[in-house]
Amino acid sequence: MEKKIRVLVAKPGLDGHDRGAKVVARALRDAGFEVIYTGLRQTPEQIAEAALQEDVNVVAMSILSGAHGHLFPKVVDLVRKNGMTDALIIGGGVIPEGDIPALKEAGVSAVFTPGTPTSEVVKYINENVKL
Amino acid sequence: MDIAEELLKGNRLALSRAITAIENEYDEATEIMKKLYPHTGHAYVLGITGPPGAGKSTLSDKIAREYRAQGKTVGIIAVDPTSPFTGGAILGDRIRMNGLTLDEGVFIRSMGTRGSLGGLSHKTADAVKAMDAFGKDIIIVETVGVGQSEVDIVKAADTTMVVLIPGMGDDIQAIKAGILEIGDLYCINKSDLDGADKLVREINMMLDLDSLMTEWRPPITKVVASQNEGIKELLDTVEKHRTHIEGNGQLAERRTKRTRDEILDILSSNIGTYIKGKIVDSGRLDGYVEQIKQHETDPYTVIGQVMDEMLK
Amino acid sequence: MSNEKIQAELAKYEASVEKAIARFPEREHLPEKRLYTPLDIKDTDYADELSFPGVYPYTRGVQPTMYRGRFWTMRMYAGFSTAEESNKRYRMLIENGATGLSCAFDLPTQIGYDSTDPISEGEVGKVGVAIDSLADMETLFDQIDLGKVSTSMTINAPASVLLAMYIAVAEKQGVPADQLRGTIQNDILKEYAARGTYIFPPRPSMRLITNIFEYCSKNVPKWNTISISGYHIREAGSTAAQEIAFTIADGIAYCEAAIKAGLKIDDFAGRLSFFWNAHNNVLEEVAKFRASRRIWAKVMKERFHAQSEKSMKLRFHTQTAGSMLTAQQPNNNIVRVALQTAAAVMGGTQSLHTNSRDEALALPTQESVTIALRTQQIVAYESGLADVIDPLAGSYYVEAMTNKIEAEAWDYIKKIDDLGGAVAAIEKGYIQKEIQDSAYKWQMDVESGARTIVGVNKFQMEEEPPKGLLKVDEAVGERQKAKVEAMKAKRDNEAVKAALADLKKACQDENENLMPHILAAVKTYATLGEICNVMREVFGEYEAHVSL
Repeated sequence: MEKKIRVLVAKPGLDGHDRGAKVVARALRDAGFEVIYTGLRQTPEQIAEAALQEDVNVVAMSILSGAHGHLFPKVVDLVRKNGMTDALIIGGGVIPEGDIPALKEAGVSAVFTPGTPTSEVVKYINENVKL
Repeated sequence: MDIAEELLKGNRLALSRAITAIENEYDEATEIMKKLYPHTGHAYVLGITGPPGAGKSTLSDKIAREYRAQGKTVGIIAVDPTSPFTGGAILGDRIRMNGLTLDEGVFIRSMGTRGSLGGLSHKTADAVKAMDAFGKDIIIVETVGVGQSEVDIVKAADTTMVVLIPGMGDDIQAIKAGILEIGDLYCINKSDLDGADKLVREINMMLDLDSLMTEWRPPITKVVASQNEGIKELLDTVEKHRTHIEGNGQLAERRTKRTRDEILDILSSNIGTYIKGKIVDSGRLDGYVEQIKQHETDPYTVIGQVMDEMLK
Repeated sequence: MSNEKIQAELAKYEASVEKAIARFPEREHLPEKRLYTPLDIKDTDYADELSFPGVYPYTRGVQPTMYRGRFWTMRMYAGFSTAEESNKRYRMLIENGATGLSCAFDLPTQIGYDSTDPISEGEVGKVGVAIDSLADMETLFDQIDLGKVSTSMTINAPASVLLAMYIAVAEKQGVPADQLRGTIQNDILKEYAARGTYIFPPRPSMRLITNIFEYCSKNVPKWNTISISGYHIREAGSTAAQEIAFTIADGIAYCEAAIKAGLKIDDFAGRLSFFWNAHNNVLEEVAKFRASRRIWAKVMKERFHAQSEKSMKLRFHTQTAGSMLTAQQPNNNIVRVALQTAAAVMGGTQSLHTNSRDEALALPTQESVTIALRTQQIVAYESGLADVIDPLAGSYYVEAMTNKIEAEAWDYIKKIDDLGGAVAAIEKGYIQKEIQDSAYKWQMDVESGARTIVGVNKFQMEEEPPKGLLKVDEAVGERQKAKVEAMKAKRDNEAVKAALADLKKACQDENENLMPHILAAVKTYATLGEICNVMREVFGEYEAHVSL
């Protein structure tokens, strides 16, 4: 048996700052994960559908525009509605500390803010992913 | 959920889970495939291969759109290499097909080669069957054509398309030599670049040398996938090839051969796994190796003994 | 001292310090040498490579007087929420001594969508102000005399539309277009390569840009028609040399496109301006700014055979590096910004935006913006750094570094030429890949500790979550949507339809300059989204090249 952690790295919203998303995607690849990167400007519907078709274990989203409060919960909802109850959903970007409790409440299990080492993201996924 | 049953009802998550089971070699995969098998054989499988940078994903995207316009449903399996160093992979084909994500008539799945190249071709073949049973009319299998294993994957296709681009220099020689025999069709992508006509001439020259191509001479179609130019013409050649191999019985022949190959393939893979399980995990192999090192026995004797024991 | 003598003395010195220095822990990312001497610049000819400020190749500055004549323009990038809110912040900045405005637009505006478009949901008014139509632009510049202020607009793909709106507002204020001063970013190539707010494919995008060049050279002659931007390339993770190399390669592509469209180099090149990043490494940055001026001057003279001095002068705006701000111990960012400001000033910038300490956390508060502006004022008035022109010239190290960055940049420019120019290099993903590789290396170096970021991977401490961050009112989107609907109900919809139909026809004719048609459409209160959709229909949309 050859289980591999599959991660969808997604950029919801309209911001074009994908430095973080791309660095994380590469770091996850180097940690031995299979990474599917969606590219920019993905709607929550597109992200959820890609997550379903790829049967990923993790959906990792990055936003720098401030639209996280609106878009992250929407993705969580759609992914869960698709029946992917176990998928780990995490987020990152310029996200004020004060917004994090609400995001967690909405089902984003971890939020990584600027300065987080990628190794921490890898560790979190390894410890929390359900295969 | 009963994955096979749900899949046959059209549940997309079930299809996705079925492919995961195949990929990860879950025990239930065999049971799933048994249930799906009777529902296969309907889809037409188009293999697309070519060197890195040939624009295969963009081409797949445009081809899928054209089939959708014709009212056909499409499944796409995009295979990308796994890093041999880290075991990880960036599966980057999907990004060029983002426009298809929300089309319910399309299902795209990315797969990594995962190092186990021997097993990959039958995993891909099973994933194709899962999409087939799901009801897709056309299934596109897209893979980088650089090694034998990838070529094997594409062999599982009914029609194999080789994609090349102008201006690849000397690399192209080696690539062309390796994939010439598998191409039913040639597609020159990015044909607005300099050197497209030269490339067409080169391929024609190689095809001229091949005396076996009396019955079917692979057509060469120039396209610019990013501009959606030439895609219709390209699919016309696919249709022509399909008609040709359906007419002369080659399609049935290919599929029969594929079934034979698959059985043999899986059998030898399973037997290999069985033998490995018997002698590796028990530590017997290490014992043998130690004995060989001490010159107490030799590899050939050991192999003979193990074979006798296993095949009793 | 003769060079031979210096060589001998240097060898003695190296031998004497070897042991002492070996006791210090090795730090990575240091210059090749620990000490620079006249030997490092012995081949640098003063007349050819440095010369005087205002004299070719402008290494020492583009004006003869530099800051002895006047300081750089202290231009603070701002804009958020609605046009009313942003207008208030602009007037506050002007009252506080800012000498230029810099408008930040929200993402739907930057990508040519109306606030009412479903794709805009959650994004309206977030990273900048939402502009849907001329009505919003009128509000944005309410009580601000466009004849007096110089305005920089960070807008790219729909730059033509926003510029048309600005011209229309000015007209209503009674200010003729030829009196308008300011800049539109209008640099689409770096959007493909690094920033991501593109709309159309390269070919029609380049047409829009050359249309603007042509229109402005006749009608808005004081306007800077493009700000060729390395800023975002650096933010995306490039090195200093890559920043200027890729950007100058973009600049070359714009010039070639304009020449191909029939323009003469000296008719538009004088209105080209650049936009650089000011990073943390002060001396490397100063060298970078100096090298960029020298390269551009040579490109203009030798490659494009420009005659006018104006064409050869690389004028630039600078912004301090946003990506160097840390969310940890955010007050440390004030110090970082001060150092970056020092670099920009010693590098001879024409204008400067300083980031606020809290921008790694959220949009800046008014207090943080004020500190950032004061930082510039302290550097200008108190530090002495602006007292003489090009104060670091002649430093063995800075001159050697300037030469080194220039050489590295030329190598890249040549590589890009070989690939068929910047557009082809972007389409092949070359530039993106180079930037990503540098970004990944940077991150791995930070994680391994090879690179130290104070407060992030060294000298960390427990912190209280920061308080008093700016929060954009979530209801902004709804309010803006209502405004657009109300405006649409009031305008002459027949006129809008006619103007859009006319624009569509113009788009289909490659020889037509689109600016007058866009201006006409804007004046009917056609929305940004409506105008961009017409262009989308004709031009199509860009599909990104991503390779990881």
